[in-house]
Amino acid sequence: MAKNSAKDIEVKAFATHHVITQPNPLRKVLRRVEEKDMDDPVRRAEQALASLSGEFKDWMAIEVQRLSTAWTAVQKDGFTKKLRDELFHAAHDIKGDAATFGFPSAAGIAESLCRIIEHAPDLEKVPAELFTHHINAILAIVHENTRLDSLSVSAELSRRLRKVADDYLANVNRDRPEHLEVILAPSIAPVE
Amino acid sequence: MFRIDFNKLRFLVCDDNPHMRRILRTLLHSFGAREVYEAEDGATALEMYSHYVPDIVITDWAMPIFDGLELAQMIRQPESKGNPYAPIIMLTGHSEKRRVTVARDAGVTEFLAKPISAKGLYQRILNVVANPRPFIKTKTYFGPDRRRNTNSAYMGPERRVGEKHEVLQQPSLLDKARSSI
Repeated sequence: MAKNSAKDIEVKAFATHHVITQPNPLRKVLRRVEEKDMDDPVRRAEQALASLSGEFKDWMAIEVQRLSTAWTAVQKDGFTKKLRDELFHAAHDIKGDAATFGFPSAAGIAESLCRIIEHAPDLEKVPAELFTHHINAILAIVHENTRLDSLSVSAELSRRLRKVADDYLANVNRDRPEHLEVILAPSIAPVE
Repeated sequence: MFRIDFNKLRFLVCDDNPHMRRILRTLLHSFGAREVYEAEDGATALEMYSHYVPDIVITDWAMPIFDGLELAQMIRQPESKGNPYAPIIMLTGHSEKRRVTVARDAGVTEFLAKPISAKGLYQRILNVVANPRPFIKTKTYFGPDRRRNTNSAYMGPERRVGEKHEVLQQPSLLDKARSSI
Protein backbone atom coordinates (compact mmCIF):
# COMPACT_ATOMS: atom_id res chain seq x y z
CA MET A 1 0.00 0.00 0.00
CA ALA A 2 2.72 2.46 0.95
CA LYS A 3 4.17 3.02 -2.44
CA ASN A 4 3.41 5.77 -4.90
CA SER A 5 3.68 5.19 -8.61
CA ALA A 6 6.76 6.65 -10.25
CA LYS A 7 4.79 9.50 -11.84
CA ASP A 8 3.87 10.85 -8.40
CA ILE A 9 7.50 11.20 -7.45
CA GLU A 10 9.00 14.61 -8.06
CA VAL A 11 12.75 15.06 -8.13
CA LYS A 12 14.34 18.48 -7.74
CA ALA A 13 17.95 18.43 -8.85
CA PHE A 14 20.51 20.70 -7.22
CA ALA A 15 24.24 20.86 -7.79
CA THR A 16 25.12 18.47 -4.99
CA HIS A 17 21.91 16.65 -4.24
CA HIS A 18 18.42 15.71 -5.30
CA VAL A 19 15.31 16.39 -3.25
CA ILE A 20 12.67 13.75 -3.81
CA THR A 21 9.10 14.49 -2.81
CA GLN A 22 5.94 12.50 -3.25
CA PRO A 23 2.39 12.56 -1.90
CA ASN A 24 2.30 10.95 1.53
CA PRO A 25 1.91 7.26 0.70
CA LEU A 26 0.37 6.62 4.12
CA ARG A 27 -2.18 9.45 3.97
CA LYS A 28 -5.04 6.96 3.56
CA VAL A 29 -4.53 5.58 7.08
CA LEU A 30 -5.00 9.00 8.67
CA ARG A 31 -8.59 9.77 9.56
CA ARG A 32 -9.93 12.98 11.04
CA VAL A 33 -12.20 12.25 14.00
CA GLU A 34 -14.11 14.29 16.53
CA GLU A 35 -12.49 14.47 19.92
CA LYS A 36 -15.43 12.60 21.48
CA ASP A 37 -14.81 9.70 19.07
CA MET A 38 -11.10 9.57 19.75
CA ASP A 39 -10.12 6.49 21.67
CA ASP A 40 -6.81 6.15 23.49
CA PRO A 41 -4.59 3.62 21.71
CA VAL A 42 -1.67 4.29 24.05
CA ARG A 43 -3.74 3.44 27.10
CA ARG A 44 -5.05 0.33 25.39
CA ALA A 45 -1.48 -0.73 24.59
CA GLU A 46 -0.33 -0.06 28.14
CA GLN A 47 -3.12 -2.27 29.40
CA ALA A 48 -2.12 -5.00 26.96
CA LEU A 49 1.47 -4.72 28.14
CA ALA A 50 0.33 -4.94 31.75
CA SER A 51 -1.50 -8.15 30.92
CA LEU A 52 1.83 -9.60 29.76
CA SER A 53 3.64 -8.58 32.91
CA GLY A 54 2.99 -11.90 34.63
CA GLU A 55 5.57 -13.38 32.28
CA PHE A 56 8.23 -10.72 32.75
CA LYS A 57 9.97 -12.32 35.72
CA ASP A 58 10.42 -15.60 33.80
CA TRP A 59 11.68 -13.70 30.76
CA MET A 60 14.12 -11.80 32.92
CA ALA A 61 15.35 -15.05 34.46
CA ILE A 62 16.11 -16.34 30.95
CA GLU A 63 18.02 -13.14 30.10
CA VAL A 64 20.18 -13.26 33.24
CA GLN A 65 20.89 -16.95 32.69
CA ARG A 66 22.27 -16.01 29.27
CA LEU A 67 24.47 -13.39 30.89
CA SER A 68 25.68 -15.80 33.54
CA THR A 69 26.46 -18.51 30.97
CA ALA A 70 28.35 -16.03 28.79
CA TRP A 71 30.45 -14.87 31.75
CA THR A 72 31.25 -18.46 32.78
CA ALA A 73 32.48 -19.11 29.23
CA VAL A 74 34.66 -15.97 29.32
CA GLN A 75 36.17 -17.04 32.65
CA LYS A 76 37.02 -20.42 31.13
CA ASP A 77 38.34 -19.38 27.70
CA GLY A 78 39.06 -15.65 27.95
CA PHE A 79 37.72 -12.80 25.84
CA THR A 80 37.66 -14.37 22.39
CA LYS A 81 35.71 -12.29 19.89
CA LYS A 82 32.80 -14.72 19.98
CA LEU A 83 32.62 -14.81 23.78
CA ARG A 84 33.10 -11.07 24.08
CA ASP A 85 30.20 -10.55 21.67
CA GLU A 86 27.99 -13.03 23.55
CA LEU A 87 28.67 -11.33 26.86
CA PHE A 88 28.06 -7.89 25.35
CA HIS A 89 24.88 -8.99 23.62
CA ALA A 90 23.46 -10.58 26.78
CA ALA A 91 24.22 -7.42 28.79
CA HIS A 92 22.89 -5.21 26.01
CA ASP A 93 19.57 -7.08 25.89
CA ILE A 94 19.18 -6.69 29.66
CA LYS A 95 19.99 -3.01 29.34
CA GLY A 96 17.19 -2.63 26.80
CA ASP A 97 14.58 -4.98 28.29
CA ALA A 98 14.99 -4.96 32.05
CA ALA A 99 13.20 -1.66 32.71
CA THR A 100 10.21 -2.85 30.66
CA PHE A 101 10.25 -6.07 32.66
CA GLY A 102 10.15 -4.15 35.94
CA PHE A 103 13.87 -4.24 36.82
CA PRO A 104 15.11 -0.72 36.06
CA SER A 105 18.16 -0.99 38.32
CA ALA A 106 19.27 -4.16 36.54
CA ALA A 107 19.04 -2.19 33.28
CA GLY A 108 21.32 0.49 34.71
CA ILE A 109 23.90 -2.06 35.84
CA ALA A 110 23.75 -3.85 32.49
CA GLU A 111 24.38 -0.50 30.78
CA SER A 112 27.44 0.04 32.95
CA LEU A 113 28.66 -3.46 32.03
CA CYS A 114 28.12 -2.75 28.32
CA ARG A 115 30.20 0.42 28.63
CA ILE A 116 33.09 -1.51 30.18
CA ILE A 117 33.00 -4.13 27.40
CA GLU A 118 32.72 -1.47 24.71
CA HIS A 119 35.28 1.04 25.94
CA ALA A 120 37.97 -0.83 27.92
CA PRO A 121 41.07 -0.84 25.70
CA ASP A 122 42.03 -4.38 26.79
CA LEU A 123 39.33 -6.54 28.35
CA GLU A 124 41.88 -9.03 29.70
CA LYS A 125 43.32 -6.24 31.85
CA VAL A 126 40.01 -5.20 33.39
CA PRO A 127 39.90 -6.39 37.01
CA ALA A 128 37.67 -9.49 37.03
CA GLU A 129 35.87 -8.11 40.11
CA LEU A 130 34.48 -5.29 38.01
CA PHE A 131 32.67 -7.86 35.87
CA THR A 132 31.65 -10.16 38.72
CA HIS A 133 30.25 -7.30 40.81
CA HIS A 134 28.09 -6.16 37.90
CA ILE A 135 26.89 -9.64 37.00
CA ASN A 136 26.27 -10.71 40.60
CA ALA A 137 24.34 -7.51 41.24
CA ILE A 138 22.07 -8.16 38.25
CA LEU A 139 21.52 -11.76 39.39
CA ALA A 140 20.74 -10.60 42.93
CA ILE A 141 18.28 -7.92 41.77
CA VAL A 142 16.41 -10.36 39.55
CA HIS A 143 16.36 -13.22 42.05
CA GLU A 144 15.66 -11.04 45.10
CA ASN A 145 13.57 -8.45 43.30
CA THR A 146 10.93 -7.77 45.91
CA ARG A 147 13.25 -7.20 48.83
CA LEU A 148 15.99 -5.27 47.04
CA ASP A 149 13.83 -3.03 44.86
CA SER A 150 11.44 -2.13 47.65
CA LEU A 151 14.35 -0.95 49.76
CA SER A 152 15.93 0.98 46.88
CA VAL A 153 19.11 -0.94 47.59
CA SER A 154 19.31 -1.96 43.95
CA ALA A 155 19.14 1.64 42.77
CA GLU A 156 21.99 2.59 45.07
CA LEU A 157 23.97 -0.47 43.97
CA SER A 158 23.44 0.51 40.34
CA ARG A 159 24.59 4.06 41.00
CA ARG A 160 27.75 2.98 42.78
CA LEU A 161 28.71 0.36 40.22
CA ARG A 162 28.27 2.92 37.46
CA LYS A 163 30.52 5.34 39.34
CA VAL A 164 33.25 2.72 39.79
CA ALA A 165 32.99 1.65 36.14
CA ASP A 166 33.04 5.25 34.86
CA ASP A 167 36.06 6.13 37.00
CA TYR A 168 37.88 3.08 35.67
CA LEU A 169 36.94 3.86 32.05
CA ALA A 170 37.89 7.54 32.36
CA ASN A 171 41.29 6.51 33.69
CA VAL A 172 42.13 3.85 31.10
CA ASN A 173 40.85 6.04 28.25
CA ARG A 174 42.64 9.22 29.28
CA ASP A 175 44.71 9.06 26.07
CA ARG A 176 41.77 8.02 23.86
CA PRO A 177 39.68 11.18 23.47
CA GLU A 178 37.14 9.60 21.12
CA HIS A 179 36.22 7.04 23.79
CA LEU A 180 36.39 9.56 26.58
CA GLU A 181 33.92 11.79 24.77
CA VAL A 182 31.43 8.94 24.44
CA ILE A 183 31.91 7.85 28.05
CA LEU A 184 31.24 11.34 29.34
CA ALA A 185 28.31 12.08 27.00
CA PRO A 186 24.83 11.95 28.53
CA SER A 187 22.51 9.06 27.64
CA ILE A 188 19.48 9.70 25.45
CA ALA A 189 17.51 6.78 26.94
CA PRO A 190 14.10 7.80 28.27
CA VAL A 191 14.10 8.35 32.03
CA GLU A 192 11.94 5.83 33.86
CA MET B 1 -7.85 15.27 15.66
CA PHE B 2 -6.36 12.48 13.63
CA ARG B 3 -6.58 8.79 14.21
CA ILE B 4 -4.39 6.22 12.54
CA ASP B 5 -6.19 3.27 11.02
CA PHE B 6 -3.66 0.73 12.18
CA ASN B 7 -5.66 -2.07 10.60
CA LYS B 8 -4.63 -0.73 7.19
CA LEU B 9 -0.93 -0.71 8.03
CA ARG B 10 1.48 -3.58 7.50
CA PHE B 11 4.43 -3.79 9.89
CA LEU B 12 7.71 -5.66 9.73
CA VAL B 13 9.32 -6.15 13.14
CA CYS B 14 12.92 -7.27 13.26
CA ASP B 15 14.54 -8.18 16.58
CA ASP B 16 16.57 -11.22 17.54
CA ASN B 17 15.15 -11.20 21.06
CA PRO B 18 11.88 -13.17 21.16
CA HIS B 19 10.67 -11.30 24.27
CA MET B 20 11.05 -7.94 22.58
CA ARG B 21 9.25 -9.25 19.48
CA ARG B 22 6.40 -10.41 21.68
CA ILE B 23 6.18 -6.98 23.34
CA LEU B 24 6.21 -5.20 19.99
CA ARG B 25 3.58 -7.53 18.60
CA THR B 26 1.39 -6.96 21.66
CA LEU B 27 1.72 -3.18 21.40
CA LEU B 28 1.04 -3.07 17.65
CA HIS B 29 -1.95 -5.40 17.89
CA SER B 30 -3.39 -3.34 20.71
CA PHE B 31 -2.97 -0.19 18.60
CA GLY B 32 -5.16 -2.00 16.07
CA ALA B 33 -2.63 -3.46 13.63
CA ARG B 34 -3.50 -6.79 12.09
CA GLU B 35 -0.56 -7.44 9.84
CA VAL B 36 2.64 -7.74 11.85
CA TYR B 37 5.41 -9.80 10.30
CA GLU B 38 8.41 -10.80 12.38
CA ALA B 39 12.02 -11.56 11.58
CA GLU B 40 14.80 -12.52 13.97
CA ASP B 41 17.76 -11.44 11.86
CA GLY B 42 18.57 -8.87 9.21
CA ALA B 43 18.72 -11.33 6.31
CA THR B 44 15.27 -12.76 7.02
CA ALA B 45 13.95 -9.22 7.48
CA LEU B 46 15.24 -8.17 4.07
CA GLU B 47 13.63 -11.19 2.45
CA MET B 48 10.34 -10.45 4.22
CA TYR B 49 10.62 -6.79 3.24
CA SER B 50 10.69 -7.73 -0.43
CA HIS B 51 7.96 -10.31 -0.05
CA TYR B 52 5.41 -8.53 2.16
CA VAL B 53 6.18 -4.91 1.21
CA PRO B 54 5.50 -3.52 4.70
CA ASP B 55 4.42 0.08 5.26
CA ILE B 56 6.62 0.54 8.31
CA VAL B 57 9.74 -1.32 9.47
CA ILE B 58 10.66 -1.48 13.15
CA THR B 59 14.13 -2.87 13.67
CA ASP B 60 16.61 -3.51 16.44
CA TRP B 61 20.23 -2.48 15.89
CA ALA B 62 22.27 -5.46 17.08
CA MET B 63 21.23 -8.64 15.29
CA PRO B 64 22.85 -11.71 13.76
CA ILE B 65 23.85 -12.11 10.08
CA PHE B 66 23.51 -8.43 9.41
CA ASP B 67 22.36 -5.77 11.80
CA GLY B 68 19.62 -3.15 11.73
CA LEU B 69 21.96 -0.55 10.34
CA GLU B 70 22.88 -2.74 7.38
CA LEU B 71 19.21 -3.60 6.91
CA ALA B 72 18.39 0.11 6.66
CA GLN B 73 21.19 0.63 4.14
CA MET B 74 19.95 -2.28 2.03
CA ILE B 75 16.39 -0.97 2.03
CA ARG B 76 17.58 2.53 1.10
CA GLN B 77 18.83 1.63 -2.35
CA PRO B 78 17.41 4.24 -4.74
CA GLU B 79 17.63 1.94 -7.74
CA SER B 80 16.12 -1.09 -6.04
CA LYS B 81 13.04 -2.78 -7.42
CA GLY B 82 11.42 -2.71 -3.99
CA ASN B 83 10.29 0.31 -2.05
CA PRO B 84 13.30 2.32 -0.83
CA TYR B 85 11.08 4.92 0.88
CA ALA B 86 9.41 2.90 3.67
CA PRO B 87 9.76 4.51 7.10
CA ILE B 88 12.29 2.72 9.30
CA ILE B 89 12.03 3.04 13.07
CA MET B 90 15.14 1.89 14.88
CA LEU B 91 14.34 0.55 18.33
CA THR B 92 17.53 -0.10 20.22
CA GLY B 93 19.23 -0.38 23.57
CA HIS B 94 21.99 1.86 22.26
CA SER B 95 21.43 5.19 23.87
CA GLU B 96 24.38 7.34 22.89
CA LYS B 97 23.93 10.41 20.73
CA ARG B 98 26.58 9.29 18.25
CA ARG B 99 24.49 6.16 17.59
CA VAL B 100 21.54 8.33 16.63
CA THR B 101 23.76 10.13 14.13
CA VAL B 102 25.04 6.87 12.66
CA ALA B 103 21.49 5.51 12.36
CA ARG B 104 20.29 8.75 10.77
CA ASP B 105 23.11 8.58 8.23
CA ALA B 106 22.09 5.03 7.33
CA GLY B 107 18.63 6.29 6.33
CA VAL B 108 16.72 5.50 9.51
CA THR B 109 13.58 7.66 9.80
CA GLU B 110 13.02 7.59 13.57
CA PHE B 111 15.14 6.47 16.51
CA LEU B 112 13.56 5.03 19.65
CA ALA B 113 15.83 4.20 22.57
CA LYS B 114 14.81 1.37 24.88
CA PRO B 115 13.14 0.92 27.31
CA ILE B 116 10.19 0.79 24.99
CA SER B 117 6.93 2.45 25.96
CA ALA B 118 3.54 2.41 24.29
CA LYS B 119 3.60 6.19 24.10
CA GLY B 120 7.08 6.38 22.56
CA LEU B 121 6.26 3.81 19.92
CA TYR B 122 2.91 5.42 19.09
CA GLN B 123 4.50 8.84 18.70
CA ARG B 124 7.16 7.55 16.32
CA ILE B 125 4.52 5.78 14.20
CA LEU B 126 2.31 8.87 14.18
CA ASN B 127 5.26 10.96 13.10
CA VAL B 128 6.20 8.76 10.14
CA VAL B 129 2.57 8.47 9.07
CA ALA B 130 1.54 12.11 9.45
CA ASN B 131 4.79 13.96 8.79
CA PRO B 132 6.84 12.19 6.16
CA ARG B 133 9.99 14.07 5.16
CA PRO B 134 11.24 14.46 1.59
CA PHE B 135 14.04 12.17 0.56
CA ILE B 136 17.52 13.44 -0.19
CA LYS B 137 19.91 11.78 -2.58
CA THR B 138 23.58 12.74 -2.62
CA LYS B 139 26.68 10.85 -3.68
CA THR B 140 26.92 9.31 -0.25
CA TYR B 141 23.39 9.37 1.14
CA PHE B 142 19.91 8.31 0.23
CA GLY B 143 17.20 8.65 2.82
CA PRO B 144 14.81 10.97 4.61
CA ASP B 145 15.88 14.59 4.91
CA ARG B 146 18.17 14.73 7.91
CA ARG B 147 17.22 18.36 8.54
CA ARG B 148 14.05 18.30 10.56
CA ASN B 149 13.94 22.03 11.21
CA THR B 150 14.82 25.14 9.29
CA ASN B 151 17.12 27.30 11.32
CA SER B 152 16.96 30.87 10.02
CA ALA B 153 19.74 31.89 12.42
CA TYR B 154 22.18 29.30 11.04
CA MET B 155 25.59 30.90 10.57
CA GLY B 156 27.85 28.03 9.44
CA PRO B 157 28.90 26.94 5.96
CA GLU B 158 26.19 25.74 3.58
CA ARG B 159 26.72 22.02 3.17
CA ARG B 160 24.13 21.71 0.44
CA VAL B 161 24.98 23.95 -2.46
CA GLY B 162 23.40 24.70 -5.79
CA GLU B 163 21.50 27.35 -7.65
CA LYS B 164 17.85 27.25 -8.53
CA HIS B 165 16.66 23.69 -8.66
CA GLU B 166 15.59 21.90 -11.78
CA VAL B 167 12.48 19.75 -11.50
CA LEU B 168 12.75 16.32 -13.04
CA GLN B 169 9.36 14.74 -13.38
CA GLN B 170 9.71 10.99 -13.24
CA PRO B 171 8.01 9.40 -16.25
CA SER B 172 5.41 6.86 -15.22
CA LEU B 173 6.18 3.21 -15.77
CA LEU B 174 3.26 3.11 -18.19
CA ASP B 175 4.74 5.94 -20.26
CA LYS B 176 8.11 4.21 -20.22
CA ALA B 177 6.52 1.00 -21.42
CA ARG B 178 4.61 2.84 -24.18
CA SER B 179 7.72 4.65 -25.40
CA SER B 180 9.65 1.41 -25.65
CA ILE B 181 7.06 -0.17 -27.96
